[in-house]
Amino acid sequence: MKKFLSFMLVVAMMAATLTACGGSDNTKTTEAAGETAAAGETTGSAEGGVFKIGGIGPVTGAAAIYGQAVKNGAELAVKEINEAGGINGAQIEFNFQDDQHDAETSVNAYNTLKDWGMQMLMGTVTSTPCVAVAAETAADNMFQLTPSGSSADCVANPNAFRVCFSDPNQGVVAAQYIGGHQLASKVAVIYDSSDAYSSGIYQNFAAEAGNQGIEIVSAEAFTADSNKDFSVQLQKAKDSGAELVFLPIYYTEASLILSQADSMGFDPLFYGCDGLDGILNVENFDTSLAEGVLLQTPFTTEAEDDLTKNFVANFEAAYGEKPNQFAADAYDAIYIIKTVAEAKGITPDMSVSDICEAMKVGMTEASFTGTTGSDISWGEDGEPNKDPLVVEIVDGVYKLVD
Amino acid sequence: MSFISYLISGISLGSVYAIIALGYTMVYGIAKMLNFAHGDVIMVGGYVTFIAVRSMGFSPLPAVVLSMAVCLVLGIVIEAVAYRPLRNAGSPLAVLITAIGVSYLLQNIALLAFGADTKSFTSVISIPKLKLADGQLTITGETMVTIAAGVIITLGLVAFINKTKTGQAMRAVSEDKGAAQLMGINVNRTISITFAIGSALAAIAGVLLCSAYPSLTPYTGAMPGIKAFVAAVFGGIGSIPGAFIGGIVLGIIEILGKAYISSEMADAICFAVLIVVLLVKPTGLFGKNIQEKV
Repeated sequence: MKKFLSFMLVVAMMAATLTACGGSDNTKTTEAAGETAAAGETTGSAEGGVFKIGGIGPVTGAAAIYGQAVKNGAELAVKEINEAGGINGAQIEFNFQDDQHDAETSVNAYNTLKDWGMQMLMGTVTSTPCVAVAAETAADNMFQLTPSGSSADCVANPNAFRVCFSDPNQGVVAAQYIGGHQLASKVAVIYDSSDAYSSGIYQNFAAEAGNQGIEIVSAEAFTADSNKDFSVQLQKAKDSGAELVFLPIYYTEASLILSQADSMGFDPLFYGCDGLDGILNVENFDTSLAEGVLLQTPFTTEAEDDLTKNFVANFEAAYGEKPNQFAADAYDAIYIIKTVAEAKGITPDMSVSDICEAMKVGMTEASFTGTTGSDISWGEDGEPNKDPLVVEIVDGVYKLVD
Repeated sequence: MSFISYLISGISLGSVYAIIALGYTMVYGIAKMLNFAHGDVIMVGGYVTFIAVRSMGFSPLPAVVLSMAVCLVLGIVIEAVAYRPLRNAGSPLAVLITAIGVSYLLQNIALLAFGADTKSFTSVISIPKLKLADGQLTITGETMVTIAAGVIITLGLVAFINKTKTGQAMRAVSEDKGAAQLMGINVNRTISITFAIGSALAAIAGVLLCSAYPSLTPYTGAMPGIKAFVAAVFGGIGSIPGAFIGGIVLGIIEILGKAYISSEMADAICFAVLIVVLLVKPTGLFGKNIQEKV
C-alpha cells in the first residue's frame, strides 16, 4: 500500500510539473486565439469564414529565442493583415503551439493544431522537429511553409516550402563568399555533429571549399552533450594555422567559443551563418568579443527600404525589442501566404487538400518582396531563390558588408 | 607542447566536475540517495549570483554568500518536501524518480522565472591568468580557484565528518539509520544538515562552473551534473577524496579523448572508461568494499 502511495505521489508530482508548463502555454494560446476570433467577429465575419493558420516552434527550451521571435513576427503580421481586411476578405485566426525544439513534441503539437481545425501550417521553426512534422503534413496534404527550418529534408515533400535559406545553400554561399572575397585560404571549422542544421552546412561548405581554393585545415565537432569546453577544438584550429574559423552553429556555443578563444589569445576571423544571429542579445555578453565577426543573414534591421523600416518600427512598438531574422522570416511567411492565397483566390471554405494544391501552384508562380529579400521566387523543390547579406559586427551592431 | 596544453584544459574541466561531484558524493555517502536534482541546484546557484551581481549591485563575494544561503534553504526544502516523505517508502526507486522530478521542476521554474535566453555570466574571479612557456600555455584564474576550492572543500568535509559530533552522527546515519536513531541521533535533522551542506556546495560549484564556462541557461546544470555523477561513481561514490580525483581524471580523459581520438566521440570515450573501471573495480577508485554480515 505504501509503495503504491509513493508511486502515486511521484506520478502526481510529474503530472504537476508537466501541467505547470503545458497549462500556461495553453492559456496563452487560447487567449490569443480568443482575441483574434473576437476581432474576426467584429470586422470580418460578414465576408464569411476565417483562415485557420497554425504555427509550431520552441517557445520554451534551449532554442526558445527562435520560437518566440517567430511567434511575435507572425502575430504582428496576422494583426496587420486582419486590420487591413484579411485575406480575400476572410480574417486569419492564428494558433501557435510550443514544441520545445523536440521532434516528438512537435508532432504532438501538429496533431493538436489539426484537432483545432488548422488549414495551413506556418512552421516549424527549427530543423529537426520540422523534418518530423513534414512527414505528417505530406501524409495529410497540408500546405506547410517553414519560416526558418533550413535542413534540406524540411521541404523534401512537394507540399512544403521555406522562407529562409537551406543549409546546403548556406554552406555553399559561405564558401563562395570566403573564396570570392579572399578572406582566407586556410579555414578551420567547428560544428555540432549532433545537430542536422550544423552538420548540413558543414558538409556542403566542405564540398564547395575545394572549388573556391579554400583548404580546410581542421574540422572538429562537438555534440549537444559536451558543449561547454571548446579548448581542444580551438587549440587544433590554432595549431593548424587557420586564418579563419567557420562556425556553422548556434550563438549559445559561439559565445563560449569567442570567450575561450580570447582567453587563449587566438584571434582569427570568425565567420558564421544565421545561427549566430542573436549573439548580441545574450544578456550581459561582452560584445567586444564578437567584434569583427562576420555572419550571413537574410535580414538586418540596418536595411533602408520602407518595408523593413515599417516592420522594425511596428515590431519594436509591439514587443519593445528589435526583431531578429527569425521574426522577419515569420512576418514574411504570413505575408507570403496572404499574397499567394489572394493570387489563387483561395477561400477558407475549401478543404485542406484543395488549399494545399492551389498554394503549391501559387508558390512557384509568386514573386515576393518582403523584409528578408526582394523578388523572391520558389522552385518546385520548395527552395527560395534570393541573395544572402553578409554583416559584420562593428561596435556591437550589425553593419552591412558588400 | 600541445599535449601539456590539453592536459591543462583537462584539469580545468575536471576541476569543475570535481567540485560538483563533491556535493553528489556527500549526499550519497550520508543519505544513501542519488540526488539527481543536484545539477539543477547548481543552476539555481548560478542564477542567484548572476542576479545579485547584475541587478542588485552586489560585489562578487557577498553574491556568492547570498547564493549559498539561497541554495542551502532550497536544499533543506527539497529534502523536507520531496524526499523525506518517501524515505521509508520501501523502494529506493521512489526517491530516485522523485529526484528526477525535482530536477525537471527546478528547470521549468527557472524557465518561467528567468526565461530561456542564454545569459552571459561575468566571472566572479578576478585573478589574472597565468602564462607559461612564452604565452603558449595559459592557466586561467578560474582553474586555479576551482582547484583550490576543491582541495579546501575536500579537506574541510573529511575533517568535518571525522572530527565533529554532527559528522559522527552523519557517519552513524549512513551506516544504519535505525541503529543511529536508537542511539539518540536525530536522523531527520542529520539528513537535513547533509542536504544543506550539499546544496551550499552546489552554489559554489554553480558559481565556479559559470565563471569557467560563462553561459547560463535553465539547462546549464543538467549535463555537468550527470558528468559529475559519473565522476563520483568513478572515484567511488560516497568517498569524498574519490569524487575530487574522479572529477579531475574524468576531465582529463574527456579532453585527451577529444584531442587524440575523436572530438565527436568524447562522451562515448568517457563512459567507456567508466565501464572498464567498474568492471575491474566495481566500487570505483576509492570505494570501500563493505561486507554485509549475515
